Amino acid sequence: MKLLILLVVVLAIIAIAQLTKVYELTRSLRKTREEDISTADNKLQANLMLVWMFVFFASVIYLYDRYGNYLPEAASMHGAEVDYLMKINIWMITIVFFVVNALLFFFSWKYYYRKDRKARFFAHDNRLEMIWTLIPGVTMAFIIVYGLITWNNITGPASADAIQVEVYSKQFGWIVRYPGENKTFGSSTYNLIDPASNPLGIVTKENIKAKVDSIDVDIEKLKKAIEENQKLPIWPDSYVESQNEKLYRLERLKQRVLDINETQNPVTGMSEWEAGADDKVINTELHIPVGKEVEFIFRSQDVIHSAYMPHFRAQMNTVPGIPTRFKMTPTITTAEMREKLGDDTFDYILLCNKVCGVSHYNMQIKVIVEDEKDYLAWVEKQKSFVAPKEEPKKEETSSTTDSTATAGVQLKKPAAIAQKND
Amino acid sequence: MGASAEHTHAHGHDHGHHHEESFISKYVFSQDHKMISKQFLITAIFMGIIAVMLSIFFRLQLGWPGESFGILNFFLGDKWAPNGVMNGNAYLAMVTIHGTIMVFFVLTGGLSGTFANLLIPLQIGARDMASGFLNMLSFWFFLVSSIIMVASLFVEGGAASGGWTVYPPLSALPQAMPGSGTGMTLWLISMVLFVASSLLGGLNYIVTIINLRTKGMKMTRLPLTMWAIFVTAILGVLSFPVLVSAVVLLLMDRSFGTAFYLSDIFIEGQALDVTGGSPLLYQHLFWFLGHPEVYIVLLPALGISSEVISTNSRKPIFGYKAMVGSILAIGFLSFIVWGHHMYVTGMNPFIGSVFVFTTLLIAIPSAVKAFNYITTLWQGNIRFTPAMLFSIGLVSTFVTGGLTGIILADSALDVNVHDTYFVVAHFHIVMGMSAIFGMLAGIYHWFPKMYGRMLNTKLGYAHFWLTLVCGYGVFFPMHFVGMAGAPRRYYSYSEFGFLDWVMDLNPVISTFAIVGGAAQILFLFNFFHSIWFGQVATQNPWGSNTLEWTTPVKGIHGNWPGAIPEVHRWAYDYSNPEHEEDFVPQVVPLKAGEHGH
Repeated sequence: MKLLILLVVVLAIIAIAQLTKVYELTRSLRKTREEDISTADNKLQANLMLVWMFVFFASVIYLYDRYGNYLPEAASMHGAEVDYLMKINIWMITIVFFVVNALLFFFSWKYYYRKDRKARFFAHDNRLEMIWTLIPGVTMAFIIVYGLITWNNITGPASADAIQVEVYSKQFGWIVRYPGENKTFGSSTYNLIDPASNPLGIVTKENIKAKVDSIDVDIEKLKKAIEENQKLPIWPDSYVESQNEKLYRLERLKQRVLDINETQNPVTGMSEWEAGADDKVINTELHIPVGKEVEFIFRSQDVIHSAYMPHFRAQMNTVPGIPTRFKMTPTITTAEMREKLGDDTFDYILLCNKVCGVSHYNMQIKVIVEDEKDYLAWVEKQKSFVAPKEEPKKEETSSTTDSTATAGVQLKKPAAIAQKND
Repeated sequence: MGASAEHTHAHGHDHGHHHEESFISKYVFSQDHKMISKQFLITAIFMGIIAVMLSIFFRLQLGWPGESFGILNFFLGDKWAPNGVMNGNAYLAMVTIHGTIMVFFVLTGGLSGTFANLLIPLQIGARDMASGFLNMLSFWFFLVSSIIMVASLFVEGGAASGGWTVYPPLSALPQAMPGSGTGMTLWLISMVLFVASSLLGGLNYIVTIINLRTKGMKMTRLPLTMWAIFVTAILGVLSFPVLVSAVVLLLMDRSFGTAFYLSDIFIEGQALDVTGGSPLLYQHLFWFLGHPEVYIVLLPALGISSEVISTNSRKPIFGYKAMVGSILAIGFLSFIVWGHHMYVTGMNPFIGSVFVFTTLLIAIPSAVKAFNYITTLWQGNIRFTPAMLFSIGLVSTFVTGGLTGIILADSALDVNVHDTYFVVAHFHIVMGMSAIFGMLAGIYHWFPKMYGRMLNTKLGYAHFWLTLVCGYGVFFPMHFVGMAGAPRRYYSYSEFGFLDWVMDLNPVISTFAIVGGAAQILFLFNFFHSIWFGQVATQNPWGSNTLEWTTPVKGIHGNWPGAIPEVHRWAYDYSNPEHEEDFVPQVVPLKAGEHGH
């Protein structure tokens, strides 16, 4: 196969070279020059311009016809607005596209070189130039104003009764969190993250204690190892250095954990250390109710990701250290959309849309829109503090949308707290 | 202009009697602008070959995901393409290095480096650049940074893989992906050297254009190529230093434990000891360069095509003043639009609104330019040289790609198409195809000036049509893939169902890419064959007005054997009714009673 390709390429180059030789020979016999484009050549190129124009336009029209309905109807309130604005814009740029390209290729065809003719000396015309400064100007003014009105609607503050959902990203998956009965999110910090028992780093007294204990264990172990090595040095110097560095980092981490302050929720006045105990943490599905405003709060564990929900025309980056927000009101439930599309297996989806590593292309979570009643029942059913399933291996991440495993593994300490609060 | 003319003479001490130079000082450490321009061009062509090959590799994966290709295994080896299937890490590395090489090494270094160096002294009437030494240094920095960038493909862990914008924290944390290891460090070092090259070049271009114009070459008589290159150089000098700061801060985050861009990160089971940095800071710094960069790429191409279209339509460029005004307006606006890359980063929506406003304003000078090109064609007498074909192609891609920019500039619409294939389609057409077409037009047009020989016209025709058809064939369908919701930089689209119906476009796109890539062999053959065997050029093959065509066919050090000619008119007196010939070179004095420009 390799040889074959190589052979074809080499043969192609030899063929070009031979053709060029023949061409150069005839050129020297006829005493023509490269820069003297013959009338026949000019005419041919002019005609090709016209042919190309028709082929190009026909292909574009075919693409519009076949792929023009790019996504199903928007499933959110602002999405419908966005689609309408998009439609106006696409119509406008399509018209300009056809007109301007047609003029370009048509003029190229019409005014090809003829010896007996002289071009028209036409250096400038202020009136014409004014026209094509003003027309785009006015059009842009319209687009800017209309676009910004829509933008303001999308990005305005969420209403007070909006449902809040936290969406948390990490390499390579999504975790969602709902406040429990107390309707208040607990605070969280990356210092408390434990992928198995506390993937979001939710702050509770027990979590802090558990973390400090586990750090202490690590510190003790490390100190012992370093001491032993001092008695009987077997480590290379660079390793000693790295172990000392590790110890220093652990102590810093412990200090940061001890420095976490207790905070109050500004609205409910509840301690955010206590509020977190009944938060629901799920890594398999994102449920939202139809017809209610939902405000997503995005956070990220490691690198920048982007939460992209094409069916809702929604997207927001998730940035480590900087929570971001996006609000929307879903308008079509999953069941209704399935019916509209005639596809029983259809599901909304949330994709990662900012390159984040090797499994970027498979970082997704299923989104389910349902009646508020079903939604509340579903949230109710979720257990608090659920750990994610076994991390899939990096190379062969499997889809994490298996709904049968919703509950996941329950963990001892946090679950106990959750029950106490009940 | 008297003072500057004197100055020029002081510089051109060895004009007229150019002495023999050693091979090294003539071809390697040359300080002659014409040789340096050829060095830039050849380096860029080699970088271009690599970038095109990388793109064909990843298009194979996208067109036929999971299928085995012997060629992938041959080039990438068992580590990156086991059994002929490219793996995910290799895919991201290919995408990243393809983008980096194309944007910086081919379309910035290659385009500006080649044509600014070749044309500035020749078109303004100077013996050489203001500083030949800095100019030489600029090339050597460029070459070294090119070599480092290519070398990064071969290191442990592979080349940088976070996309050509290398956003931290992904690019800052070696544990985030294999490509964020040594490959990333080399990427950053290469960029620092590249920026040094651009700055040395850019300062030289600005100083030369301001100070070394020949007598009579007023700024208002400069050919549009010169205006475009002049504004490009200013953009580069003002924006590239910001990229250097961004890159150096990133290097420090990676190697010296600082946290300019890092905060609250838990990765690989560890809470990192970093707080207070902002990943968005990097994006602001990067795009403060990144957006002007788009025009650094595009403006020289527009300048070249203005020259080529006017010459080959045998008509003055329509609205010279408006064209200069548009270049200046685009240059100015390009500095206040960078935020349109960041609408969905969580940036304050009000600031987003401001960027919507400034960005959409760019449509106005761009529209003026497009209409002026078309009016230049109107009632012209068009000679279809290959350069002219590529320039017409440029106007088409500039319009087609520019229009979709209106959608992306509109923040409300960007939310849904941000980072999808729609964006890929947009910038490949408006900046990739346009700039490449401009560059190719320049090569076909000024090849006689560079090598004293002609390129083969027939091969040029075939090259143009294949490139135009395949270029549109690759990038136009991508709009639809993007609008359907396909994110960019995805290794495969098989993990969910909702895109299946549009994925039949991918093999088509990949086929066009392979054919289009193969078509470049025509050009490469034509180029290297003609350097030695092309028809020997005449002094002014295209019947052009600008000064470079008054120099001898075989370029000499100092450019003109005698005194530098004086300029009496603008560069666009084509088919002037007061003259018999259909062109009047800039050196021809005004007739009695003729209305000059």
